[in-house]
Amino acid sequence: MVTHEEGGAHAHHPPTGFIRKYIFSVDHKVIGIQYILLALVSVFVGMALSLFMRIHLAWPDAKVPFFHDGIITPEQYLALMTMHGSIMVFMVLTTAPQSGFGNYFLPIQIGAADMAFPVLNMLSFWVTFLSLMVMLAAFFVTAGAPISGWTAYAPLSALGEIAGPGQGTGQTLWVIGLAIFCIAALLGALNFITTTIDLRARGLSLLRMPLTCWTWFVTAVLGLLAFGVLFAACLLLLLDRVAGTSFFVPGGLIVSDKAVDHAGGSPLLWQHLFWFFGHPEVYIAILPGMGVASHVLSTFARKPVFGYRAMVYAICGIGFLGFMVWGHHMFMSGMSPYSALAFSLLTMSIGVPSAIKTFNWLGTLWGGRIQFKAPMLFALGFVSLFVTGGVSGLFLAQPAVDIALHDSPFVVAHFHIIMGVAAIFGIFAATYFWFSKMFGRMMNETLGKIHFWLTFVGVYLIFMPMHWQGLVGQPRRISDFTNYDFLAPLQPMQKFISIAALFTISVQLIFLFNFLYSLKRGKKAEMNPWHATTLEWTVPSPPPHDNFGGHVPVVYRGPYEFSVPGMAEDYLPQHLAPEKVSKA
Amino acid sequence: MLRERSVAGSTSVAVTLSLLLVVFTVITFWLFWTKRWWFPESITQIGREIDAQFMRTLAITGIVFVASQLALAWVVFRYRDQGQRSSNSHGNNTMEILWTAATAILFVGLGIYAERSWAEVHFRGAKPDAVQIEGQGQQFKWYFRYPGPDGKFGRTDRKFVDDSAGNFFGVDPDDPAGKDDLTTPLIAVPVNREVQLTLRSKDVIHSFTVRELRVKQDAVPGMLIPIHFTAEKTGRFEVACVELCGQNHHQMRSFLLVLDDEGYQNWLREQAAFSAQ
Repeated sequence: MVTHEEGGAHAHHPPTGFIRKYIFSVDHKVIGIQYILLALVSVFVGMALSLFMRIHLAWPDAKVPFFHDGIITPEQYLALMTMHGSIMVFMVLTTAPQSGFGNYFLPIQIGAADMAFPVLNMLSFWVTFLSLMVMLAAFFVTAGAPISGWTAYAPLSALGEIAGPGQGTGQTLWVIGLAIFCIAALLGALNFITTTIDLRARGLSLLRMPLTCWTWFVTAVLGLLAFGVLFAACLLLLLDRVAGTSFFVPGGLIVSDKAVDHAGGSPLLWQHLFWFFGHPEVYIAILPGMGVASHVLSTFARKPVFGYRAMVYAICGIGFLGFMVWGHHMFMSGMSPYSALAFSLLTMSIGVPSAIKTFNWLGTLWGGRIQFKAPMLFALGFVSLFVTGGVSGLFLAQPAVDIALHDSPFVVAHFHIIMGVAAIFGIFAATYFWFSKMFGRMMNETLGKIHFWLTFVGVYLIFMPMHWQGLVGQPRRISDFTNYDFLAPLQPMQKFISIAALFTISVQLIFLFNFLYSLKRGKKAEMNPWHATTLEWTVPSPPPHDNFGGHVPVVYRGPYEFSVPGMAEDYLPQHLAPEKVSKA
Repeated sequence: MLRERSVAGSTSVAVTLSLLLVVFTVITFWLFWTKRWWFPESITQIGREIDAQFMRTLAITGIVFVASQLALAWVVFRYRDQGQRSSNSHGNNTMEILWTAATAILFVGLGIYAERSWAEVHFRGAKPDAVQIEGQGQQFKWYFRYPGPDGKFGRTDRKFVDDSAGNFFGVDPDDPAGKDDLTTPLIAVPVNREVQLTLRSKDVIHSFTVRELRVKQDAVPGMLIPIHFTAEKTGRFEVACVELCGQNHHQMRSFLLVLDDEGYQNWLREQAAFSAQ
């Protein structure tokens, strides 16, 4: 016992040097913030890239800074697009909701002093950082960044520079960067799973965990299964590129008038491996947002989550089905049309747990007492976006209907609304909700509300018109619409979307200002400003190095006990012993 | 104490958000209803079936979309903080079972319904008397090959490919079946005749699309992928590449000519005369 306490005290002793405290820290809270800052930098880079694309699409002759003669060439457009997708998907949507907020709050919400493997945790952040650097380096090599899209379909991605500018060194750096990212994601997934299983406080059974913890846990399981496959795919692609193997390149190709030596590979193999990762990745991006939305809706409706168990089953159901639907990305690929049938029905089925979640969110609000704080507004926005982005999936899941819509902006609208914008609304909700806990100060509420109104309107103005562009039949990923006669009538819409994008991106500066200003000047936060029930609100803001100050919390009840009849307060925290509950 | 903590201004926020959701829903509904931007008219029977399935899906998703957004707008307004006490309800198992079953039947049923058109496109092959054409994608052009009067395609091999001599497919000069093969940069088909188009690619993945046919199929290097269609209306339609194939992907356009029988035969003769020069 004595040994244990000494050991514990030693482990909990906070480091004092700047480097150990803030740079190579093993504290999950510092690592969480590092991930959030990495995502924050990345999201502004990613938005800047999309801004260049939108300006080019609406005003092809406009002179833009950073480009030779101010002109964006077709290959530069495709490089912007490739890097926009890669940075947003990997460095923002995979890192912020899971590695960022999950790292910070999973241990605290389950009553642990840290993640199970703190050093591994530090490594996973720095490996992610390395991956970002390698990927960004692609911009600075001679022929520029790759042009094959974030999905990097082979053989375009496998043939090297003869396939096009950026397909030489740029694509190699991209593949290496992505492989490094997979390692980081795998380390993180192991840590999240172990932490959730082993480090829960006494009394915190699985079905008493906040839904945020459930989503981080299931997301980690998805990451463990998916990123291993992507890592293997990246290695094979790298070997095809640099070692003369032919995993993804078939025989008999002639590229740029040169006969290619490869033989025996399969382009569809890359697609299967990529999407076996790629579809679960969608849920990796959105599940934590669902957790945050449930958590925040319940807190600000002052009402328990409607159908907590159904929500847990839906989260697990989405995770499970998420691994059996990857083929719906490949209906037009030449894959067997019979397997398309199975993938289609499985994809339609995944709409069921998604619908359950939506019903339960509405059920949570029903009969509540809704307080419209900034995090709540973003959670409500999340629900609206989730519905809008979800229903368009039902079109694309049917292979026959997909014939008309595949590779059109309808798809772009669908996945941007659901895995881009909805996921980012989850991140915003989390930021406004937990900022005070992380930094000890409140974010400005008025700026938060303005940010919500303008962003909510802005994102719909950007992405709704893309549905109709898709119906008209506009192809995706083209840098210039003048080559097709049928696209001419859509030009005003291109301008409309670009103006909406310009507007919405500018509005994000309000958020950036609020974030930075509140760090220094925000109102001092109380321990529990939202009168919430979970364990993170029982510790100081920010929490001490070991989270609970040497005290081990005990949990007595489920996570969402709001408005319990006969109680003085309208919230009943998880840690409060039954005898200490004050009655009305 | 509870009542004192009622949040000032919650009514104005609730009303604004509710109205925003209602306006958004109405505009979206209106734009789908009026078909301001829409598919081009289909020139195939299967295209019309696909459109019908699209409309069925639109009806179901439309109801789900409108009902959910309006329900959200309603609860936001109705249950705004006015100092009331929330209910402590934890859920309702009957309702969970009900809406799980309802959505499962609706969504999966819709999916099963759609399989008929898919089967028509892909499970059934072209009839034996279908017009045979080959299509090849290469950075950044489409080429099409016709078997000529003998009805047989000549053997192809990579070693005979010579773009500067117009031998894009690599037709073996020693194969008599290949002597009368025609290669053209656009595709012409006879109206009301079934066409089997066999797609291949010379370099990377491309995707052959004609909006009016409701046809879309990737051309994958190393694979021969047959598709079939019957165009019912004459005219000139744009062929697009919709799979990212490199730098000038946006330029990879061609045309589909749907001609009456006589026009088609004339076109074939003109092409033969042209290639003989």
